[in-house]
Formats: sequence, C-alpha cells, structure tokens
Amino acid sequence: MKQPNTVPASELMLRETASQTAGPYVHIGLALAAAGNPTRDEEIWNEMAKPEAEGEHIEVVGTVIDGNGDLVRDAFLEAWQADANGAYQPEYDLKKPFNSFGRTATTFDHGSEWSLKTVKPGQVAHPNGQPMAPHINLAIFARGVNVHLQTRLYFEDEADANAECPVLSRIESPTRRQTLIAKREEIDGKVCYRLDIKLQGEGETVFFDF
Amino acid sequence: MQDHNKRFVERDRNWHPPAYAPGYKTTVARSPQQALVSMQQASTSELTGPDFRHLRMGSHDNDLLLNFRQDPAQGQGLPVGERIIMFGRVVDQFGKPVPHTLVEMWQANAGGRYRHKNDRYLAPLDPNFGGVGRTLTDEQGWYHFRTIKPGPYPWPNDPNSWRPSHIHVSVMGPSISTRLITQMYFEGDPLIPLCPIVHTLKDADAVETMIGRLDMARSKPMDCLAYRFDLVVRGELQTYFENQ
Repeated sequence: MKQPNTVPASELMLRETASQTAGPYVHIGLALAAAGNPTRDEEIWNEMAKPEAEGEHIEVVGTVIDGNGDLVRDAFLEAWQADANGAYQPEYDLKKPFNSFGRTATTFDHGSEWSLKTVKPGQVAHPNGQPMAPHINLAIFARGVNVHLQTRLYFEDEADANAECPVLSRIESPTRRQTLIAKREEIDGKVCYRLDIKLQGEGETVFFDF
Repeated sequence: MQDHNKRFVERDRNWHPPAYAPGYKTTVARSPQQALVSMQQASTSELTGPDFRHLRMGSHDNDLLLNFRQDPAQGQGLPVGERIIMFGRVVDQFGKPVPHTLVEMWQANAGGRYRHKNDRYLAPLDPNFGGVGRTLTDEQGWYHFRTIKPGPYPWPNDPNSWRPSHIHVSVMGPSISTRLITQMYFEGDPLIPLCPIVHTLKDADAVETMIGRLDMARSKPMDCLAYRFDLVVRGELQTYFENQ
C-alpha cells in the first residue's frame, strides 16, 4: 500500500487502455452481414425505429470520403440519439419501437453508403440550460483511423434551432459548422437526410473531443 | 437524470495514437488535418450511452470453439489452433469495476485468415471457426471468452509487414464517452515491436496496456492456456459543487 499524499495525484489513477484501429475486417465482429457472414439471433444494427415508433420517420444516409476524395468503403459507424421527445433511451431492447443506439457501415459496392432508419430526434437541453438543436451523435471507425472520430449530424430544416445551438456555436468557423448539416431529400415520398463525412482536406467534417 | 453532475476524466490524446501516423500508411489520407473541437462541457448526449442487458445473446456467443462448428448436432468439429481462454476485467481509471457492459471481439483463425469476403490471404478458412464473440461483463466487471490463438498474417504496408497475433476488442463502458476499440497482443510475441500499427503509439507504456498476459493459474490442465486482458475505460467523476 502506498502512503497517502506521497505521490502525485495522477499516479493514483489508471491510464485508459490505448486505442487501436478497428481495421479492415471490423465487420466480422460488429457488422456480420456486411462481412458476408451469418448473423446471430439478435444483432445491433441500423433499424433504430420500427414503424410504430413515435415521431417523424426518416432515413439518414451518407458516404465517408478520404483526403483524396475517394470513398472509404470499410468504415463502421455508431449512432446515438434522443427519441422524438428529446429523451435518450439507454436500455437497448430490440422489442422496443425505438432504440437510441444504432450501427451501420459503408459498403463495398458502388455507392458505398451507410444508412440509418430512425426518427427525427427531439431537442435535448445543454447543461447551460439552452436547448441543443436536434442531432445524432456519430462515431466513425475504420482502417487507418487510430482513435474513432466523433461528430454530430444536424438537420438542414432546423435552421433556427441550429443557429441557437450551443454546441454548433462552439465551432468558431461558420463555414465549418456547415459540414455537420445534413441535407433534406425526398425519395419516393420518404424523408431522407444526407451527410457525407469528409475525413480530411477541403470540406473536412468537424470532429469533436469530449 | 443527474447527468449534469457527471463527467469523465479527459481522454489523453497524447497517450492514444495520433490520427496522422505515417508509418501506418492508411492513416495518411484518413486523418483529419483540422483540430478537434473541444466540447468544454459535455451534455446528456455525451454522458449517456446504451445499456445492453436486454440484448439476447446465444449460449455460445462468447465461446468461439463452439459458435461456428459445422455440425453442432453431432457434437463434432472444433477449430484448429491453440485453445485459449481470454478473460479479464473492465474497470475505470479509478479501478471501479464496470458491470454489465458489452465486450465484443473478433479475430483471424490459427492460420491468420479472417472469415471476411475481402480477405484473400493464402491461408485457408477453418470450417469450424467464425472468429467473432460477444459477452456482457458480470457484476464485478469480469468477462470471459474461449477461442483459439489467432495466427500472424502479412499485410500491405511496408514491403514485408506482418501483424502480430492479435484479437480486436471493443468495449462500450457506461457512456459513448468511454467507447473504446483496441487490440490485444500476446505477451512475448516477437512481431509486436516490428508492427507499424503498434508503432502508432509513441509511449511504450501505452503499448503495455494492450498486452494479454499468460496466466498459468487460470489455464486448464490438459485443455487450454489462459491470457488475461484487463480493460481500463475513462473514469467517471462527480461534480460536488454548483457551477457559480
């Protein structure tokens, strides 16, 4: 046992296990169907909202693009969002109409898009008391990404809420704020939001540290 | 929800590998050039995360010796390779166990081949090995898998780069702030100091956090060896005073 108050406080704490890339074959572990493998009874995947879930049903899609402008075809993403009423539902249960957590991946085929089937999230309060604009938290894992990248997806048609959002306002460059705003599209009467994530270079997506 | 009294110890970005680590060539075009934007004050969005206690798992989800066997009805077919138990504890930076958290892992087979449609390595697939597992930690933060030791394999980075034997490990922890994916290496493997991905870490002590240790006490005589791999996720702090 160490004598109290004899060592620097930082030495009384453990270090976090170091991160490593999820690698090119992340799918076999976390996205089994994308690897071409059989799935188990219950998998964590991209249908966050079932048809009976409360709220506006939307699809959220996008690509991941590298610094050369090429598609990143082996990216794996995780989503975390509030329900339509602005409440997080931490208890993951496939029997529930809505889950706050979802997973998706880009694909090895032509368009290489990730997608989430969900509902538009409600507003969540920031600790400063102000409401944050509706958003989906995204984590991006891939070969060549040593520590997963964290970003947020906001919605184009929430311009007023976006303008007031205390987190978007943390981004000094107004130009860069635009990299988080998903564009609204309607495909066959279905509402779809698109956000292409640029890992590097011109139009580079804002990534957060928290 | 009293999330606003909660926060996590800051992630030390100099301890983890940097985004741009040119010795691992794929990072060159996949690393952001702009600085990360710091949240300063985390909100409910960052302080909460999924709880997987209601995810229904299969009875062999944590047993890779049995979860892909070709003919389970006949009780036949086991994967080729060194049988091992991989186990450990998930704790936070203050040593507090992290109970009921999801731990997932995936790996190559004993020949160094992944069961993935894009892996074209010469070594054959093993018909009895899938290479994926998942489990929840128990009340004290312990997790267990049974598997085979994966083989090393060559990959295109330098003209002759080889990955040391490794198991990919994914842990959620209590919030999306504690989310972590790492790799477990095997104590004593001579390929560890040669690996460009290991070299993305600047601090030798950080590499040590990724080494699974041979544990003879937990090995099963005449059956399998055991490797212990504890995971440390960011520590949770409480704020005791009002913010004014």
